[in-house]
Amino acid sequence: MVSPILELKNINKSFGHVQANKNINLKITQGTIHGIIGENGAGKSTLMSIVYGLYQADSGSIRVSGKEVKLKSPRDSIESGIGMVHQHFMLVENFTVLENIILGFEGELVFGHKLKKAKENLKNLCDTYKLNIDLDSVISDLSVGFRQRVEILKSLYRGAEIFILDEPTGVLTPQEVDELFKILRSLKEEGKTIVLITHKLNEIMDLTSEVSVMRQGEVVGHTKTSDTNKEKLAEMMVGRSVLLRLNKEDAKLGDVVFKVENLTVKDDLDVTRVKNVSFEIRSGEILGLAGVTGNGQTELLEALSGIRKVESGNIYLNNEKVSDKENLLDPRKLKAKGLAHVPEDRQRMGLVTDFKAYENLIFGYHDQEPYSKSSILRDNDIITYSKKVMEEYDVRPRSPQLITSNFSGGNQQKIILSRELNESPKILLVGQPTRGVDIGAIEFIHQRLIDMRDKGAAILLVSVELDEVLSLSDRILVMFDGNIVGERINKDVTDRELGLLMAGVA
Amino acid sequence: MATAVDKSRVPWWVSNLIVPLVNLVLALLVSALFIFIAGENPIQAVKLIIYGSFGYLDGFAYTLYYTTNFVFTGLAFAVAFHCRLFNIGGEGQAYIGGLGVFLVAINVSFLPVPIVWLLAIAGAVVFGAAWAFIPAYLQAKRGSHVVITTIMFNFIASSLMVFLLVDVIRDMKQMGPHTVALPKEIWFPTFKEFAALFGIKIRYSPLNISFLLAIAASFFVWFLVWKTKWGYEMRAVGHNTQAAIYAGISPYKNIIIAMCISGGLAGLLGINEILGVHHKIVAGFPAGYGFTGIAVALMGRNHPIGIFPAAFLFGILYQGGSEVTFDMPNITRYMFVAVQGVIILFSGALENLFRPQIESFFVNRLNRKVSV
Amino acid sequence: MEFLLDLASLVNSTLRISTPLVFAAMAGIFAERSGVIDFSLEGKMLMAAFVSAVGSYYFGNPWIGLFMAIVMCVSLSMLHGFASVTHKGDQVVSCVAINILIIGLTTALAAAWFGQAGLTPTLTDEQRFLEITLPFADSLREVPIIGLIYSEILSGHYVFVYLGYISVPIVYWVVFKTSFGLRVRAVGENPSAVDTAGINVFAMRYKALAINGVLIAFAGAHLSTAVNANFFREMSAGRGYLALAAMIFGKWHPKTALIACLLFGFTDALQIRLQGVELPVVGEIPVQLIQAIPYVLTVVLLAGFVGKAIAPNAIGQPYIKER
Repeated sequence: MVSPILELKNINKSFGHVQANKNINLKITQGTIHGIIGENGAGKSTLMSIVYGLYQADSGSIRVSGKEVKLKSPRDSIESGIGMVHQHFMLVENFTVLENIILGFEGELVFGHKLKKAKENLKNLCDTYKLNIDLDSVISDLSVGFRQRVEILKSLYRGAEIFILDEPTGVLTPQEVDELFKILRSLKEEGKTIVLITHKLNEIMDLTSEVSVMRQGEVVGHTKTSDTNKEKLAEMMVGRSVLLRLNKEDAKLGDVVFKVENLTVKDDLDVTRVKNVSFEIRSGEILGLAGVTGNGQTELLEALSGIRKVESGNIYLNNEKVSDKENLLDPRKLKAKGLAHVPEDRQRMGLVTDFKAYENLIFGYHDQEPYSKSSILRDNDIITYSKKVMEEYDVRPRSPQLITSNFSGGNQQKIILSRELNESPKILLVGQPTRGVDIGAIEFIHQRLIDMRDKGAAILLVSVELDEVLSLSDRILVMFDGNIVGERINKDVTDRELGLLMAGVA
Repeated sequence: MATAVDKSRVPWWVSNLIVPLVNLVLALLVSALFIFIAGENPIQAVKLIIYGSFGYLDGFAYTLYYTTNFVFTGLAFAVAFHCRLFNIGGEGQAYIGGLGVFLVAINVSFLPVPIVWLLAIAGAVVFGAAWAFIPAYLQAKRGSHVVITTIMFNFIASSLMVFLLVDVIRDMKQMGPHTVALPKEIWFPTFKEFAALFGIKIRYSPLNISFLLAIAASFFVWFLVWKTKWGYEMRAVGHNTQAAIYAGISPYKNIIIAMCISGGLAGLLGINEILGVHHKIVAGFPAGYGFTGIAVALMGRNHPIGIFPAAFLFGILYQGGSEVTFDMPNITRYMFVAVQGVIILFSGALENLFRPQIESFFVNRLNRKVSV
Repeated sequence: MEFLLDLASLVNSTLRISTPLVFAAMAGIFAERSGVIDFSLEGKMLMAAFVSAVGSYYFGNPWIGLFMAIVMCVSLSMLHGFASVTHKGDQVVSCVAINILIIGLTTALAAAWFGQAGLTPTLTDEQRFLEITLPFADSLREVPIIGLIYSEILSGHYVFVYLGYISVPIVYWVVFKTSFGLRVRAVGENPSAVDTAGINVFAMRYKALAINGVLIAFAGAHLSTAVNANFFREMSAGRGYLALAAMIFGKWHPKTALIACLLFGFTDALQIRLQGVELPVVGEIPVQLIQAIPYVLTVVLLAGFVGKAIAPNAIGQPYIKER
């Protein structure tokens, strides 16, 4: 029985109250491609960050090739032969490929013959694995696919025997994905071990020989890939959690109030993240957009709320075109037209954490009556309103004067929600409304959204929590890799079915 | 480092009084060290400072006169700071503001006195704001760092004003670089006149009703920053520009507004110096008050409630300091510039040096009290 | 010949006046490339001027003065590092504090110790750096052009001038041709990339700041122990900020920063010659306005009318390990 090249025993890791990894036991066999699959928040990235020395586990042990190792920093992991290709690349934009790879491992103070040797070494590695990289090209000129190859080459150069790849295909085109797979297979042929973290089932089925499933911080299953199939894996991934189906009446649908037509949006790195997306929402309807993080939902929401440029396509509000290629929507104008937005990233966009709670409760509406009159803020009115709203939404502690950073994540979320919902918007864009929110509050927030919908609002609900999408939506779209890959009426849809779509399986 | 404590349990007076006080004490200890290195007795220096600033009526009046200037420049820095802008240009903006005061006053001196005063104040504010406008615009549109540009504008203001005072608006009847005096009628009433009403005789006092203007300015800033939509937007942009954009607030507009108001406030220093003290433009009248304003604002946590006492403290340092420089040959006024720098260091850059320890100390002590 | 000598004089002035700017810009490049804002070049230069003048006076040797200035400036850089890197304080505030502190302290101590309103005693020839005549300068003077360049321009400068211009290729070499320089640059662009390569981000920044301290010390020593023979109050006169503008305009690159420094030096050298001179059309420009030219130029450069400068990506942001 060959000892596994990497073995994790009873790994535990908590961040404050949140236990990210619970009693993880994992054995990775040498020379295999081993998949770790799970939804958002399953704990996969945390686990691999521990293996790469970025975090230290609270308890448990790690063995590499049978020997116990203490991985206190990336340096230790690198020396143990572990290399990692992160989801967000660790590259210096204006350095060349060569400079990025040798960074930290230059071997000499003054660039001289060691550099030459490194270059030769790298050229050989490139040839062996058919990486096809020009070592003197600058990173900012490289496509995402090639940047990823640089990361792989970096790990090879540092002598990695174990390669961890964290959601590697999220940013790749289908062709680039094929190329990546070729490279990974040839790595395996040369005896390297690969750990593939992903939420995409077809990758698992295509590439891996073994797969471990994680859910809510634990390993809930481990099997040989040949012994399983996508359906079984999807079920393990998504789990048999209790669905909170709220009491809701059927939707009373009205006219189309929000329409998106052939929308294409790029991200900051110029990668197209929303690919020709079209949909419409009627008043009185909740349209749920399901999908794992990173499939374009963020960029879609940002474009719809005026924070990100629209590359092509049109957006209509009440049949009035409000956006096309030319312009960023003006958040103020959108509000005036009855559109409200609860952003995904509440701390970065939805709140000013240094403000007091009552100041955040009017954020974006501060120059309207009754909060201000002739540009003077009416504190008494604002505080009265704040008290009322905090009571209604059960925000704790019930102090409008408390600085917002002192509120828990869930309560901060309630502050944002109460602010946006209070304006009785006709159209509401909501991203991850219950991220980091406790159960009681989740129910409350969900009920509120249903109430809004019953009053005739059109709601776009973007969420990575499948349960949430299923309990609230009247209609569900699934987004994968920037495309809408499925549309279902929310009647008798199973989570397994959605799970497959979310994982990219037609 | 001690682990950070749950912020919501820290009483406001610990964060906003105790910690700044500790920082101040540390700064003063370092300053005492400087005085010692300069070859004088720090304790003796402290006695002189207290005597000079409180010990006699004239001295106390001087303290308040300095306080006036520091309130203006402190408020100026604070307003810009709320928008995350470091306006180091208070010196230059005050200088040009003074130009505005003089030009307006000398040309409208035939109008009723209160009107002249109001117009002069407007002149100070407009000219000061104008001097801050270009750095503001460059920061907003071109990303040029406002620290460097405002410092450059300080130098340019200096050159410009010297040129004007030597060649253009100089009182031609004499040699010094200053203008003619303003007509006596429009001079601000001084403390000397006020004291005379009570039968107290004072030789001379620069303290004048600008002091009241400073108080008014403090209210104005408080109201503007915390009670109006403009102040709200400025603060939003300063704390979290991304979120501000999300909420439809324009960073560009607010950067320019904040800097211009800041410049205008600095310009008010010109009112004090020209309408109240010298009654003409004297070369170099900003005399470092602009820089002191930075220390005052940081010490006062950028809030008028804190700025006023901080300005007063610096008034004590200045007035007491001149007593020290008078009595101790080895100490010049520059020592107090150094003290300012140390205070900025401890109240600004190192303000969190002992904060965790202090906060957890108080939180624990208070908890112990409660559980008894 | 007269014209050539004038020209040579102008070139000499330019080289000499640019020298402290060059050192300061090089110092700034190290700090800022590693991600630390350094607006305190002005204060450190002034401190170096003070310490080297005083040190040279007491020990009778300008090299000792220089050494003391180096120690002092490195300490100040470490203080700035402590406030910014370790304590994650606001880097701009830290710089402003240091600048004000130094303006006050140097003048105050100079007055306290030497009693002359901020002047330190005039240094004798042994206590200061003198102009250096290169070998054969006299004999080569008559050789057409080359001789003139050698004897009038190259020869006869203070040691700092030579050191300053030599420092540029050295800095270039260190920053771009050594692994140390590679790491410094990486830390300023993407500290996470450096962290995941197993290098200590904070240690790199401190090392860069130490070099920054050494270089800026030379700038100050040049002012008070070479060009002048003493320290006088606020003698740095804004040069630290001019150097910053040169550095930004030069896109944090030694060679282009050098050009910007020379531009400043040239402007200043020219400005002295323009004082009292009748120009066509405009007549005589008032001396005060001419003196303002370097500062106006700084603003123009910073306004980016001559191209927009992109700072090192991670500058001014304290490095906080995620989560």
